[in-house]
Amino acid sequence: MPIALIDDRGQERILAAPPLRIVSLLPSLTESVCALGGCDRLVGTDRYSNSPARVRALPKLGGIEDANLERIVALKPDVVLAAPSARVIERLESLGVQVLVLDSKTHADVRRSLNVLAAMLGTPAAGESVWATIQHDVERAVTGVPAALRGQRVYFEVDATPYAAGEGSFIGQTLLRLGLGNIVRPEDGAFPKINPEFVVRVQPDIVMALQRSLDEMPRRPGWARLRALRDGRSCGFSNERYEVLVRPGPRMGEAALLLADCLASLVRSSR
Amino acid sequence: MSDPSLTGIANRLVADAGAQRRRGLAIALLMVSIALAGAGLAAGSDGWSWPWFGDADTRLILEQIRAPRTLGAWLTGALLGLAGAVAQGLFRNPLADPYLLGSAAGASLAVVLVLAGGSLGGVAIGWSAAEGLARLGIVGAAFVGAFFGVGLTLALASGAQQTPRLLLAGVVVGVVLSALGDLVSTAAPEALRGKQAFMLGTTSFLGWSSVAVLGFGLAVTLPIAWHLARVLDALTLGEDSARSLGLALGRWRTVLVAVLALATGLSVSQAGLVAFVGLAAPHLVRRWAPAPNGYTLVASAAAGGTLLLAADVLARSLIAPQELPVGVVTAVLGGAYLLWLLRRRRFG
Repeated sequence: MPIALIDDRGQERILAAPPLRIVSLLPSLTESVCALGGCDRLVGTDRYSNSPARVRALPKLGGIEDANLERIVALKPDVVLAAPSARVIERLESLGVQVLVLDSKTHADVRRSLNVLAAMLGTPAAGESVWATIQHDVERAVTGVPAALRGQRVYFEVDATPYAAGEGSFIGQTLLRLGLGNIVRPEDGAFPKINPEFVVRVQPDIVMALQRSLDEMPRRPGWARLRALRDGRSCGFSNERYEVLVRPGPRMGEAALLLADCLASLVRSSR
Repeated sequence: MSDPSLTGIANRLVADAGAQRRRGLAIALLMVSIALAGAGLAAGSDGWSWPWFGDADTRLILEQIRAPRTLGAWLTGALLGLAGAVAQGLFRNPLADPYLLGSAAGASLAVVLVLAGGSLGGVAIGWSAAEGLARLGIVGAAFVGAFFGVGLTLALASGAQQTPRLLLAGVVVGVVLSALGDLVSTAAPEALRGKQAFMLGTTSFLGWSSVAVLGFGLAVTLPIAWHLARVLDALTLGEDSARSLGLALGRWRTVLVAVLALATGLSVSQAGLVAFVGLAAPHLVRRWAPAPNGYTLVASAAAGGTLLLAADVLARSLIAPQELPVGVVTAVLGGAYLLWLLRRRRFG
């Protein structure tokens, strides 16, 4: 029975049957397909997909800018999953390959993507069930956040140049669910590049970043005076954990738990 | 009979007009720089404010962030302006810019290696190099990379004697090193955003230590360049004429290339590849006050400083508390100015 799907370009894609050969060109979509039970049907991924562990053995087909068209076509995929910015989309479609474009910037996007992918895999109910698992973990995380930290303003560093995660991003939304505030105003967008002086001026209550970035923060001009850094009110994450935090996919619940863990340890250590 | 004296008076009048223009430009650059320095102290993440009446936090921001950033932006621009003037004089080419001899590509390759450091474990190439560079940090690595690029260019051109050889070697080194940089950043995607920030130029993190390094660099390179201005003057007549004037061209050219590399390397290490300042500043000076190279070198430094500081103030104030990449602003400012000059057909 054919499956009709609406992707994030608003285009209707009709698949004759649930695809048996899937290529994913985005780590969060790879994770979503696997969470929905379709891991066996993946035949290739982009070079950054590394979770769950079994996808590491699949052919790596490049990145958003330099996806390897020839290898993708040679894999004869029934469908290719891609982000809207992937340059390869147009060429793939002109070669007759079905492409499903999915955009993930917010919690709502993730939920919608999960549902579209579940319908595609022929297991439409799985979407809401994976979403429910995420919600369950987020709720668990919420109860793990010490009451003393509610409303504290967080600076979540996405990149050291510096970029912050604002309230409009999925990271900011998770922080909001955990009862935390954000130093970036919603109107500044999801991931604004900010003036480093701004961070010093607003003095975030808690700083979150890659451990490596956190270690070099005191060396940035004026940043040694950040009270959050001086008082150890900071969360540094290893590369692997940080990856969980910055991917809008089925591990968002796990991400919320990681954040809650760190927040709980902040209160423990200050006692 | 009266002709010679008339010509003399006319010449003197022209010379006076020239001197007046030069003085005018110098004063204008000084005033604009001072005004921009004031703006640089007042422009911050909360829009415009007068921070010297604030609490301890505000004063900290003024002293530790805005003041060094403002001064650092000016010094970076000055080094680029100077390097641009040296490059254009040395190669007798109005399109020459400070990044011509492979310094930009060398610096960005080194920066990418540092940024990619941790994740290149599985990749054989450059791993030990990356580890060594990581210990230096991004600033040191960019400086070493810039010198490596220029050194490679000089080696390929077997010295600084022949201009076409030197330019060609610079272009080849630039292409090859940036291709290597792209290769590394493809293998280690987490280096991409840092690389992008570096390629666009950034004045965000200039602190007092940066100001000290940049100030030292300008204090070393500017007097040497000024001293060698007569070599550049002689070169405007062509290399053969310059040689016939008895100048030891080879040696002085090597020194000028070293000045170029030092000025560029220092600015690149502190602020990344800021676009267009080195190209536009000498043009701005020559357009307003044509003069021998001594004046052009010093004025280009001042013009470069002014341009980059103006761009920095705009970059941080236009959409505060967000920031624009400063290199984008310099390209738009400098590019708009050069286009305006071109339209008036009085370019050069």
